Amino acid sequence: MAETLKIELRIKRFNPEKDEEPWWGEYEVEMGPTDRVLDALHYVKWHIDGTLTLRRSCGHGICGSDAMRINGVNRLACKVLLRDVAPVVTVEPILGLPVIKDLVVDMEPFMAQYRSVMPYFVNDEPPPPRERLQSPEERERFDDTTKCILCACCTTSCPSFWARGEYVGPAAIVQAHRFIFDSRDKAAAQRLEILNEPDGVWRCRTVYNCTNACPREIKITEAIAEVKKALLFSRL
Amino acid sequence: MVQGGLQVLVKEGLRYRGREGQWTWLLHRLTGIGVFLFLALHIFDIFLMVFGEEVFNELIFLYHQPWARVGHIFLFFGLLFHAFNGIRVTIMDFWPSLWRYQRQGVWIQTVIFLAVFVPSAIAILMEILGS
Repeated sequence: MAETLKIELRIKRFNPEKDEEPWWGEYEVEMGPTDRVLDALHYVKWHIDGTLTLRRSCGHGICGSDAMRINGVNRLACKVLLRDVAPVVTVEPILGLPVIKDLVVDMEPFMAQYRSVMPYFVNDEPPPPRERLQSPEERERFDDTTKCILCACCTTSCPSFWARGEYVGPAAIVQAHRFIFDSRDKAAAQRLEILNEPDGVWRCRTVYNCTNACPREIKITEAIAEVKKALLFSRL
Repeated sequence: MVQGGLQVLVKEGLRYRGREGQWTWLLHRLTGIGVFLFLALHIFDIFLMVFGEEVFNELIFLYHQPWARVGHIFLFFGLLFHAFNGIRVTIMDFWPSLWRYQRQGVWIQTVIFLAVFVPSAIAILMEILGS
């Protein structure tokens, strides 16, 4: 018989239509060691309590839908193996965004901050006859920050963001970095101006929670510091 | 349920299992507040000179009480930690690729901090006990 793990799953539950305060739901499940936290949550939802609410789409670490606090740190539930967190697994919604129900938070404030940094390619110069060329070195300059999947693990792990929800947050800065350091883009100055605002990049206190939380292993604090330096020395 | 601000930070944020960076950040904040409060008091006691030497001396007398001198050790702890942590964060910000050594950075800072703080704290304590 295949090896199984006894898991004590503690899930922070909150139904705004019934509950005044969040409460802890406790569930005992038997799972395989290479099953993921997402599988355990599915088991609870499908076999124990169908009212458990969570968000997930691809279930394979690409879409970034199932960011949650697992044993106290932000992770994607689909990328955490149960054997690495057993036997007691605590699951809570990510912190600093309004909870809609159980593990689902309202991502709109996060997306608004994302939109605020102009996360799109800007170049009004007439396009050349063929593609806009870029050297491998120029492409490498922003390669790391192209990997972001907007899961919000970083922003909701940041003490500056917890304290002040208006802070643009690590994810939006990562997205800005991706275009600021793109040699083909022409709106770096505008983005830097946005990030130079009081709720911009200077609220970063170099805590490294974002870097440690990123499921894509983006060097977020490094990217933020590069934006700070670009502002300080007025050069890219 | 809308969450936000200081409530989230204190109620939930302190339960977040961040690494060294999170705890040094917290201590940096606390020592910052401590040093600020001391400075406010210090500016106030200097200001008392306006009312003459006697009033000023009366307050300065308080600083020489044993409990106030033990407080000096805490003040020294706060000032020193805040200074060294500030230098570390500044270095990490100016050389972004140092993120890899985030943990080692805190260790080095702690060793230097202890090397300065412990002998100084002992010296202050000896003086309090001696007098």
